[in-house]
Amino acid sequence: MPEDDAIRCDACPVLCYIKPGRTGACDRYANDNGQLVRIDPHVVLDRAVSRGDSVVPFLDRDREWDGSIVTGPENFVTAIGAGTTYPDYKPAPFIISSTVQGVDMVTVVTEGIFSYCGVKVKIDTDRHLGPETNLVRAQGEPVGHVTTSEYGSQMLSLGGVRHLTGGSRKEGTVTCETLLNLCDRKPVELTIDDGATVIVQAGKVPVVDGVQEERMRVGCGSATIGMFAKQWFGRVDEVVVVDDHITGVLSEHQAGKLLGVRETGIKMKGHRSTPGRYFRVAEPGTAWGGTNIADPLSILQNFNPKFAWPKLRLLMVSTTGEHHAYYELDEALRPVEKELPAVLGESVARIRENCEPALCSVLFMGGAGGSLRAGVTENPVRLTHSVRDALTRVTCGGAPVYVWPGGGITFMVDITRMPEHAFGYVPTPALVAPIEFTLKVKDYAALGGYMDHVRSLDSIMDGKGRRRLSANANNPWPLAPGKSPRPDPGSDPRSDQ
Amino acid sequence: MKGRAQIRWLEDGRRLHLHDGPIDLIVEAFGSTDEINAAYRAAAERFVHVLDELCGELTFLRQATQANGPPPSGVIARRMTAAVAPYCQHTFITPMAAVAGAVAEEILDAMTAAARLSRAYVNDGGDIALHLASGEQFVVGMVERPDRPSLFGTATLDSAQPVRGIATSGWRGRSFSLGIADAVTVLADRAAVADAAATVIANAVDLPEHSNVTRVPANTLAPDSDLGDRLVTQGVGELSPAEIDNALDAGVLVAHGLLAGGLIRSAALHLRGNTRIVNSQSSFIAFPESRSLAHA
Repeated sequence: MPEDDAIRCDACPVLCYIKPGRTGACDRYANDNGQLVRIDPHVVLDRAVSRGDSVVPFLDRDREWDGSIVTGPENFVTAIGAGTTYPDYKPAPFIISSTVQGVDMVTVVTEGIFSYCGVKVKIDTDRHLGPETNLVRAQGEPVGHVTTSEYGSQMLSLGGVRHLTGGSRKEGTVTCETLLNLCDRKPVELTIDDGATVIVQAGKVPVVDGVQEERMRVGCGSATIGMFAKQWFGRVDEVVVVDDHITGVLSEHQAGKLLGVRETGIKMKGHRSTPGRYFRVAEPGTAWGGTNIADPLSILQNFNPKFAWPKLRLLMVSTTGEHHAYYELDEALRPVEKELPAVLGESVARIRENCEPALCSVLFMGGAGGSLRAGVTENPVRLTHSVRDALTRVTCGGAPVYVWPGGGITFMVDITRMPEHAFGYVPTPALVAPIEFTLKVKDYAALGGYMDHVRSLDSIMDGKGRRRLSANANNPWPLAPGKSPRPDPGSDPRSDQ
Repeated sequence: MKGRAQIRWLEDGRRLHLHDGPIDLIVEAFGSTDEINAAYRAAAERFVHVLDELCGELTFLRQATQANGPPPSGVIARRMTAAVAPYCQHTFITPMAAVAGAVAEEILDAMTAAARLSRAYVNDGGDIALHLASGEQFVVGMVERPDRPSLFGTATLDSAQPVRGIATSGWRGRSFSLGIADAVTVLADRAAVADAAATVIANAVDLPEHSNVTRVPANTLAPDSDLGDRLVTQGVGELSPAEIDNALDAGVLVAHGLLAGGLIRSAALHLRGNTRIVNSQSSFIAFPESRSLAHA
């Protein structure tokens, strides 16, 4: 009989004993805490069977194979797995033609080695992750640095040629692995010098020093007062917005004063900054508004009887709306908790609604250098000009990119819009990323393209080893005509639909 | 147990996906429509019995092969035992080291016996049996890291060459490995022979006692593993260029021995982006030296 917690799988006659957290010989059935569960199929060597490919029944009456080759009506070939031919300056591996609304389009598909590349990471948290410019480490090796704080988020800049190839061999290897894992949407633990340890995973909630973030607060306590003062005025006499950074008090706050909110005699603990704004009402924590407060009344002193009155209505709420309590003062001017009136419930719900889920976002940034461009055209600078002149559309694994103004083709792409496993690496160390250039055939010829090497889409689609994926419905179709190949400088690349 | 096996078309409508328990095959046949359909039917009819046959003598197949020991009864099990027999006097090996290749061969044989095909392959998780009629050829892509599939190169095999089996082994693959190779790909005359040889060569690419290699007794991971309490590789940390060379040297030595003994035709050994190729002088089979990419 199996020892410890191994279970016997009876899904097939192999009858594996499977340990907790392991799979059986098939890689399909696993022991999940004593339960036999079925998991995703293993990615086998044949890439075409990778996750997501649909399969149809064999010898099903209506679907029996008739000898025809199935091709979808619209296919875009990405550069993932295309490889290239450096340093021979041969034409890029695939130069593919397809017809889009009567205009012959060419997509030049290549995979580039990017020594000049990195990721920009945006972590939605108000927690202090570490001082600006301090080193960010993975496995003890420096892989980047802390850059600016943005509204509700902290930014890290990771990778770049100095960490990849300018430091020790280990620094380069760890940097490459960190970038690859982040681009592959895997969780990565990063430690900031004199700061926090953060687990970052693209599209997932950040974990700071072991605490999972929930929501971005709508603003600090003071800002929340400013935003919602009008909605509270006349419906409640006093509002305290509890916040780890700045706690706001409606009657004392500029916004309350302007509305003519009457003085309430409320007395806060903590340090008053400017009227209605208090620093450090409590210690940081994971309770009310990022503080350690469990009972919000603990940050109040007794009301001043000169101004306060019985039946005074008091709302206390956190900056995310996740915590709230409603009180009325009794005859002795002591707050007594009451049920939240519906009209105030709406304002609490609105605060919550305005707090977006905290996420980590990862943008890959790289520059397409001379030799990569030489795989596209005999005259590389013309490709740069063509991209500048909006004749050529650049995509990365089919996803739209933001191309920086100025020289070269330096671009950024949201890796969650790309197919999974789109990146690779070489031991240089450097990252391998897909890049596609799409333009009209006549423009391609005009910029010195390798017209002899243009292949039809059909000749690619019936080739072997192609992995076919559904397009990301949120991405613009890479071959769609009549749209700007790159967004205007300054606009959000996501808005390029 | 015919209801258990799954036999389906892949989305392209050309390849067949056969799945039963731990066996996962991709099959493609080339020829006239009638011949292809006949071949696929034969593959399906043979396939549904394979797992039950093997499991009927699984205990035997998980034990170390003995020179001149009793043969198993099943045709696939015999093929497995024959493939590992050349090694059993020098090292611990069980017939399971050749199971994937032997299953691939069996299905391919069923197909070619039932139909006249110009080409066909049966890919059992990277261990591949090939059929090539006169004048035909296959281009085979190769992957260095099965967990991060991307082609590092291709090999062209034509009917004039004797190679009909391809197999890959490495510690990152589905099966446990005693060595540290990322991947060892072997070309041999039969798939079961290639499978056993790839296992043996991948085991030999090693740095015994190295502190940066994490090894765990196989049966602590899978209690019924045929490897028992032998240490299998679960992680490989930082290696110096000299250490990578030493580990590959050890594998190349074994591969040369197998080449000289006529067991294999060619081998490609990969470790940390370093590749060694072992080819016979007279062979036209050549692995590409490495994949080249454009520097941005």
